[in-house]
Amino acid sequence: MTEPLHRQLGLTDDELAWIVDTLGRDPNPTELAMYAAMWSEHCSYKSSKAHLRTLPTEGPAVLVGPGEDAGAVDVGDGIAVVFKMESHSHPSAVEPYQGAATGVGGIVRDIISMGARPIALLDPLRFGPLDDERNRWLFEGVVAGIGGYGNCIGVPTAGGEVHFADVHSANPTVNVMCVGVAPADRLVTSARAVHQGSLLLLFGAATGRDGIGGVSVLASRTLEESSEESRPSVQIGDPFAGKLLIEASLELVERDLLEGLQDLGGAGLTCAVSESATRARLGAQLDLDAVPLREPGLEPFEILTSESQERMLAIVAPVRLEDVRDVCGKWGLASAVVGRLVDDGGTLDVRANGQRVAAIPARSLTDDAPVYTRAMSPPAGHDDLGEDDPTFASVPTSPTDALLRILSSPNVASKRWVWEQYDSIVQGGTVLGPGGDAALIRVEGTMKALALSTDGKGRFGALDPYLGAAHAVAEAARNVACTGATPLAITNCLNFGNPERPEVMWQFTESIRGMADACRAFETPVTGGNVSFYNESGGSAIWPTTVVGMLGLIEDHRLAMRHPLGDGTVVYLLGETFPELGGSEFADAVLGVVSGRPPALDVERERRLHGLLIEGARLDLLGSAHDCGDGGLAVALAESAIAGRTGFAVSLPGDLPPHVAMFAESASRAVVSVAPERASELEDLAVAMHVPISRIGETGGPRLVFDGLAEVTLEEAAAVYEEAIPKLFAG
Amino acid sequence: MSGGLPRIGVITFPGSLDDRDALRAVRFMGGEPVSLWHGDRDLRGVDAVILPGGFSYGDYLRTGTIARFAAVMEEVRSFAAGGGPVVGICNGFQILCEAGLLPGALIRNRQLRFVCRWIDVRVETTLSPLTGGLVPGDVLRVPVKHGEGQFVAREDELRRIEGEGLVVLRYCAPDGAVDDAHNVNGSTGSIAGVRNEGGNVVGLMPHPEHAVDPDVGATGGQAMFVALLEAALERVSAA
Repeated sequence: MTEPLHRQLGLTDDELAWIVDTLGRDPNPTELAMYAAMWSEHCSYKSSKAHLRTLPTEGPAVLVGPGEDAGAVDVGDGIAVVFKMESHSHPSAVEPYQGAATGVGGIVRDIISMGARPIALLDPLRFGPLDDERNRWLFEGVVAGIGGYGNCIGVPTAGGEVHFADVHSANPTVNVMCVGVAPADRLVTSARAVHQGSLLLLFGAATGRDGIGGVSVLASRTLEESSEESRPSVQIGDPFAGKLLIEASLELVERDLLEGLQDLGGAGLTCAVSESATRARLGAQLDLDAVPLREPGLEPFEILTSESQERMLAIVAPVRLEDVRDVCGKWGLASAVVGRLVDDGGTLDVRANGQRVAAIPARSLTDDAPVYTRAMSPPAGHDDLGEDDPTFASVPTSPTDALLRILSSPNVASKRWVWEQYDSIVQGGTVLGPGGDAALIRVEGTMKALALSTDGKGRFGALDPYLGAAHAVAEAARNVACTGATPLAITNCLNFGNPERPEVMWQFTESIRGMADACRAFETPVTGGNVSFYNESGGSAIWPTTVVGMLGLIEDHRLAMRHPLGDGTVVYLLGETFPELGGSEFADAVLGVVSGRPPALDVERERRLHGLLIEGARLDLLGSAHDCGDGGLAVALAESAIAGRTGFAVSLPGDLPPHVAMFAESASRAVVSVAPERASELEDLAVAMHVPISRIGETGGPRLVFDGLAEVTLEEAAAVYEEAIPKLFAG
Repeated sequence: MSGGLPRIGVITFPGSLDDRDALRAVRFMGGEPVSLWHGDRDLRGVDAVILPGGFSYGDYLRTGTIARFAAVMEEVRSFAAGGGPVVGICNGFQILCEAGLLPGALIRNRQLRFVCRWIDVRVETTLSPLTGGLVPGDVLRVPVKHGEGQFVAREDELRRIEGEGLVVLRYCAPDGAVDDAHNVNGSTGSIAGVRNEGGNVVGLMPHPEHAVDPDVGATGGQAMFVALLEAALERVSAA
């Protein structure tokens, strides 16, 4: 017996009843398809919305908070920074190149629909271990897809991160963040006056059958339900058209020709038109016969839900139509008037072949979509976490061997193989590209630079989702502060399993709580983000993966700090090391376990560290600064030495066991260096700002010497660090 | 002409990406940047022309192969035939090869992956609009970023290129040594840039326009832009 249509489309019986109630009649199949797409988890946020409302979203610099295509922050001089992160994990798991490529295209369109020019991309990625051939195929394909699209549209890919864990073998996590700039007074938001009678102009690529049901088929179900046979649901990207779309859209905004601008993403035309109408508090008439098609014979529901890429919807006053179409023509883009906004009580009225095919209250697709408070409960055994803490495990290797093993672990090893495939310098503003603590992008016409970092703490999140999310915010802020920039605001991508399972929902709400607390403490409001559920297969979900995209600002980029150590400098540890190896890279790479309690996070201590780093940069005091993250102090030192091509001799403070002193991942720490003649100035400043400081050694020589603990040549450390990932792809 | 500054035109094709960067570099180095449009049969009286990097027309079919049919290219041809300085950077180099204004061709990198990296190039001849005033053997630090930058040519053509001194730049080690380890894309003879017989048209895969401003990296491109502005000025004074 076949399932009723609404279930085939992913709607529940209750949701169908809701629709019947709303319409006062049974929906026809076209209308059902529209509801199915718009009420999909991906588009409606129905499981997450209630919890996202608890996030701090306001602050003095926030111009646009959640709810628009992207958030916006005032960075002074009349300039707004627009930024947002999204997931494209599901399509990437099925078709890695196109999945990742269209992820880039989609997030870029979110930025341009705010009227901002995209100036940077960052890509946080998670894959299964690279000794598996399929994982390598996914990894190579995703990286090539990001490059293939990003490189071709002239937006630098300036940062990101890559991590590996077994849980991502079946479910890679592919997130992408885009950052743009616009004059603050020219942002295209829903606050713009939109008038009845204004025209809906669709421009860009023609509409085809690709990506039909992308959101409901792919991104709102678990993978075993989709996989190979859902490959046709993956959209195909055309970056050349994407580039033309950027230029045409920005020219339309610069010439002030538009009342509104929307990108076509998940749920395609249905989403763009219903959101436009809802925001304008109007209804809309939509004529599907006017939509340029790639092939004849598309059914109305296909035209309405197609996720063909590289399309935008402009709201245009009739008197401006000719000018707008001229701009589209200049850039070689097709455009067509497909409807108009009408004051008819808010109905979305769709016609095809001269017949009415759908009549739906626009709001019922958008703001009035269902919101669920799903059941939640902590997974069994959660309270026993502390019992097998690796901090107290016996250590099978010498600290030197452990250091080399961690430096060659793909989680820690250099990601040069990845970021050399990305154009990180186009647009000429990249002060600091990939490989540093944060990317630094100059704001044209000013001395300012934006500091951008994406961070997620997979293992910490697996052990304690609250701490995982809080640490992700702290580390992102610390990375930004390590360049001397002040953390301003975040976007995020929340990657989780099936929200219909109570333990996943518990992980989700704990993560929200952790992110909210940390953001409040650091005064970095959440301006937007994305939730990606159903990242699981075979009943086994990915770790709760809260990925944070931090925006920071430094007023004078010439004062920005970098992480390479200079020769002949004094090295300090800022902050303190505690016996905290729970969830550490050491435990994972050396002991082969992900267990214990993650390090504690004292947000006040963390904030004071940021303050010292920022002040140190302002005074031009520090020679280098590098955050202590995965692999702890020893890895932070080694990375700084490898990047600076100098050795060091250090003596680690305290009386902790060697592997704890070297590899504990206690929060709120950074390695800094300073010229010998300014060392006391730094010590005084740290004391005045209440940041623990330890002078641990000097730079120079060809060896990395941890006095009495470990010793390795710079050459060997650099070789294992640089070669680990390329080696896996050699031959 | 305004204020005696050399006017350097930069052509924007659909899909050009480094056009704004080239314009910015011209201004930074003291020239007057002039924006040119692919569809115009007009070079607006510029003293030199840059075809910038990017993916013109998406590089679909083959890199540079559609752009050579752009209306503006007829003007570029006659400008070059009259001895005007023409520079093709990255995709611009690919276009000039496709247009037959430069010898050889560019195919996918040996490693079959896009590469973005700061590298060194060695100056082989001063007879080009980018290397006048330099000395053969000079090493310049500049970035590359391309997927299809492996220079190749037929055997007889290659003999002519090498024999007539048409190689302008080669990939090299920081000390100037040319070896396979520093051949970033597997180019024949480590060739990074070539010129035409007349010495007024030059193409290169590296991006000198991204190497003029010390705030964003090394400055190996400054000397090339100085040379280009000189070459352009000579045309101004000759006119």
